Amino acid sequence: MIPVAFDYTAPSSVADAVSALGSDSEEIKVLAGGQSLIPVLRLRLAAPTLLVDIGRIPELRGITDEGDALVIGAMTTHAEVADSDLVKEHAGVLAKATEAVADPQVRHRGTLGGSLVHADPAGDLPAPILALDAELVIAGADGERTVPAANFFHDMFATAVGDREILTKVRIPKHTGWGAHYEKFTRVAQQWSIVAVAATVKVDGGSISAAKVALTNMGATPIRATGVEQALLGRAAAGDTVKQAASSAAEGTNPPTDTNGDASYRRHLANVLTGRAVLAAAAN
Amino acid sequence: MTVTEERPVTEVGSPRRRKEDGRLVTGRTRWTDNISLPGMLHLAMVRSPMAHATITSIDVEAAKSSPGVVAVFTGADLGDEQGSLPCAWPITADQKAPPHPSIAVDTVNFAGEIVACIVARSAVAAKDAVELVDLEYDELPVVVEMAAAAEGGNLTHPDLGTNVSATWVFDSAEAGTGGNVEDAIRDAEVLVERTFRQQRLIPAFMEPRSVVCDPTGEQTTLWSATQIPHILKLMLALTCGISESKLRVIAPDVGGGFGGKLQVTPEEVITLVVSRRLGKPCKYTETRSESLLAGHHGRDQIQTLTLSATRDGIVTGLKVDLLADMGAYLGLVTPGVPILGAFMYNAIYKFPAYRFECRNIFTNKNWTDAYRGAGRPEATFAIERLMDELAVEIGVDPLEIRERNWIKHEEFPFSTVAGLEYDTGNYEAATARAKELFGYDALRAEQRERRESGDPVQLGIGVSTFTEMCGLAPSRVLGALSYGAGGWEHASIRMLPSGKVEVITGSSGHGQGHETAWSQIVADRLGVAFDDVEVLHGDTQISARGLDTYGSRSLTVGGMAVVAAADKVIEKARPIAAHLLEANADDLEFTGGKFNVRGTDSSIGIGDLALAVFAAHNMPDGVEPSLDAEATFDPENFSFPHGTHLCAVEVDTETGETKIRSYVCVDDIGKVVNPLIVEGQVHGGLVQGIAQALWEEAVYDDSGTLVTGSFVDYLVPSAADLPHFTTDRTESPSSTNALGVKGVGEAGTIASTPAVVNAVVDALRHLGVRDIEMPCSPHRVWSALQHLDGDGSSSGADTPTEKTYVADDADPSHNAQLSGEDAGRAAADHGGLG
Ligand SMILES: Cc1cc2nc3c(=O)[nH]c(=O)nc-3n(C[C@H](O)[C@H](O)[C@H](O)COP(=O)(O)OP(=O)(O)OC[C@H]3O[C@@H](n4cnc5c(N)ncnc54)[C@H](O)[C@@H]3O)c2cc1C
Repeated sequence: MIPVAFDYTAPSSVADAVSALGSDSEEIKVLAGGQSLIPVLRLRLAAPTLLVDIGRIPELRGITDEGDALVIGAMTTHAEVADSDLVKEHAGVLAKATEAVADPQVRHRGTLGGSLVHADPAGDLPAPILALDAELVIAGADGERTVPAANFFHDMFATAVGDREILTKVRIPKHTGWGAHYEKFTRVAQQWSIVAVAATVKVDGGSISAAKVALTNMGATPIRATGVEQALLGRAAAGDTVKQAASSAAEGTNPPTDTNGDASYRRHLANVLTGRAVLAAAAN
Repeated sequence: MTVTEERPVTEVGSPRRRKEDGRLVTGRTRWTDNISLPGMLHLAMVRSPMAHATITSIDVEAAKSSPGVVAVFTGADLGDEQGSLPCAWPITADQKAPPHPSIAVDTVNFAGEIVACIVARSAVAAKDAVELVDLEYDELPVVVEMAAAAEGGNLTHPDLGTNVSATWVFDSAEAGTGGNVEDAIRDAEVLVERTFRQQRLIPAFMEPRSVVCDPTGEQTTLWSATQIPHILKLMLALTCGISESKLRVIAPDVGGGFGGKLQVTPEEVITLVVSRRLGKPCKYTETRSESLLAGHHGRDQIQTLTLSATRDGIVTGLKVDLLADMGAYLGLVTPGVPILGAFMYNAIYKFPAYRFECRNIFTNKNWTDAYRGAGRPEATFAIERLMDELAVEIGVDPLEIRERNWIKHEEFPFSTVAGLEYDTGNYEAATARAKELFGYDALRAEQRERRESGDPVQLGIGVSTFTEMCGLAPSRVLGALSYGAGGWEHASIRMLPSGKVEVITGSSGHGQGHETAWSQIVADRLGVAFDDVEVLHGDTQISARGLDTYGSRSLTVGGMAVVAAADKVIEKARPIAAHLLEANADDLEFTGGKFNVRGTDSSIGIGDLALAVFAAHNMPDGVEPSLDAEATFDPENFSFPHGTHLCAVEVDTETGETKIRSYVCVDDIGKVVNPLIVEGQVHGGLVQGIAQALWEEAVYDDSGTLVTGSFVDYLVPSAADLPHFTTDRTESPSSTNALGVKGVGEAGTIASTPAVVNAVVDALRHLGVRDIEMPCSPHRVWSALQHLDGDGSSSGADTPTEKTYVADDADPSHNAQLSGEDAGRAAADHGGLG
């Protein structure tokens, strides 16, 4: 791996990191787990002049229970998120999606914050974060601000986090007792999602009383399938009704065409996979 | 010093763990890129982003003055010294071939071609300067699609006046090996006509290519991650005008090749020429991206086939029309790859008439060349798919149609319609065993149930009863096919005074396990301990003669040379043993590593003889004091492994997803030297063949840009994607070599592709699907189900993404993504490998 030469700093607090980002170095990049950034540097598709490594900031790590919400530090690794009993209990769909990311090596280095800021349309974590109505906390020179997930993802590889800002944590309202499933469709085991569906539902007496569904890789940003969510309300958590409600999942989406499939195939997949995801979520 | 330790009754046949694995698996060994020499300089290549263009200017000044840069070379700078990269296989006298400079001189003919080379004090400095070379091009029309190129239109090489490099024909009526296929077609009761596409593949070996050249000293030494050190030495000497005796080539441990390192590469020529110019050691190691872009590709053929048969399903003739995409240039054996398949379309069957015609086509893409199986997987795929189609036409089980046509075991040796003589085989036995292991009848019953209940997940069963010709090759046959070299192999054995044995082989293993297998053979032959045998290879100053490793030839040819050399050692030792035992040489028998005087307990071990010869104090008159021997073995025939592979695939009709449920293969590879190594070869081969069926495809867009330029898009499977393989063997020893061996390096790859595709099509046949183009991606499978013809049938080629034979289903915008924003993903997936 031979990137263009760069300066490197590893601050030990968010405050120091923010001030490092304020330096006059020409192009500054935050380095988290490096699982997306290092390959970009290696291929010389980016040539930052300064890397601010936020891997040594203790306050950015860990999962805490804050009553009605879970708070996950941006530098918490995929492995930590997927293994966390708190996340499994209160934000099941995030745990399931995180398990589906890459392989154990990548999951031990890659971070939740890195995935969200990288905002790859095929990345697996934006959709569950959107489905769970999370809030994202961003630190910058002007202090801290909080952005709801619905306003966080701006475009492919573009989020509310500015060049000289850091995503510090993610606050997720508890979805205790909700069934959850992440349906990821790939051709080989280790692949980015061709299409994926994050679904979490509340079932009362056999019928669906609340449903949240978000789609991965059906457009530049993750998309809430609000039509499906509404159609599911009050319906029996059973095969045909769910499938029928799911059949509009792809409405209003603008999925990509690539070697894995064209847009119309992706739309079809989104409908089928949404039905499967909701049924699986309702069953657990 | 006699051998006393415990060892298996025979080494041959025992599942020894490989002696080389420790160092290969841990990487604690000498890979080319690990070599670092004093004062060594580093090379980086500037590659053309254009697929077809005239170079109007190259400005290297900024690169030259970049820190650490020592020199920059363009094609013009290298001039005659770089020569033209060799093609050793002119298949016809009038074959057309463009000059093939290592660094393009005034035109570039595919994206990824080298246009300049940076030499710097560090790899970083070289890489930094690559971006500073300023090139200007005039774009030329890009020829991407082989079928269109074959018919004329824009030319890949305007100077040649055509895109057709050569046309090669085999006709059984002309050859006197069978009837006239046109008569068979005219009189046919049943005709099956199909067109199949062999997509372009990338060998994707684990170790990227790397070369180090040291020009200091009397000989120039070149290390390369190559399969072919001997051929490389000769070809580099001829290409660059260097005395062959001044060049030493070393293939140290090499991390896989699959044919992808059966090449004389531009990078090798450039490193050699540049290091000699500068008088300094130089190293070049490619990145994974460069490997995918510019290491030669494989397959890429369009096969149009006509099979004629009687109403009972007896095949009366087969006609094959092939288009083979050469890419932009002819590599070492590029034109011959389809020809290696020409003799295999008739496979295990008794076809009375056969005609094969192949047109080799130039396009503005990376050149193709040998890739695991080279020609034979293509042929096997086509005929095994066709036999399934014939079975449907006739209305019988696919195994039944094969049995009606195959060569019966009592009919061997059998002269085929393609002019080969199959020595031994037993298709009945392998098939019976495979059926039993597979639970064929139960799976057919389950398939019926799923069809009847309209299960969204359908089950398909795929059959492949393959054979191949391997053990390349009898030299006279290669001569008849205008190949530029012979097919023999060489070995020598050195009997060391301490009783150890050095075996020097001309085979050049790169992961196959030769060190272990050759040790087993020699241990048995000479009666020495397995651990006392050291196998040396890959260095042209140690192993002076050899023709290297490809085409499943190492054991059948190289192993036989080792046997011949060992037998010579024994014959050289015999008079000396007789002298020391004071016996008549004719009264000696050699068993268990000792010469015994028949009927007495007087004996002497081969190790003691080696010491006695080393001292040479007491030699018989006129006998040289040496037991060392060498031998060159030229096979009298190819070998013909075969087997029956059965595959069950579940197809999700809602998504098009395929899942291999079970895979059974029963291979007949003759005698087995090491069953563990065989198992490894079979497993790896199966994965590569299955990957062609389901996952891998090199895709170019209309501008000639490789879209699948990283492992994000070029899908190489991992263990997680594959089922447990059930493997077994039947054994009909080859009668044309003393070991009875047939070769196993390519069997799995050749057999598995049609087994999988037959299964996928079989799962959907009742819904009207007749074919799915490879790789059978979920999108293609689903599309085939959406685009059923009016009569309810669908050939996969009728679907929008498959109507042409160019891999054009990728949106070019994806490519823009790859070089732009989306690069993070592209980069991420192969980050660990570069
Ligand atoms: C082989 C492989 C396979 C993969 N497969 C998948 C997959 O299937 N699904 C999937 O979702 N992902 C996959 N990934 C990506 C993985 O999830 C990465 O971990 C993730 O994309 C980035 O996280 P990171 O911590 O490594 O971030 P980095 O690579 O360090 O950073 C990524 C980007 O985000 C910015 N950034 C990171 N953290 C912050 C922060 N706190 N504040 C501001 N900016 C920040 C960086 O500047 C950079 O631009 C794969 C990666 C690899 C190498």
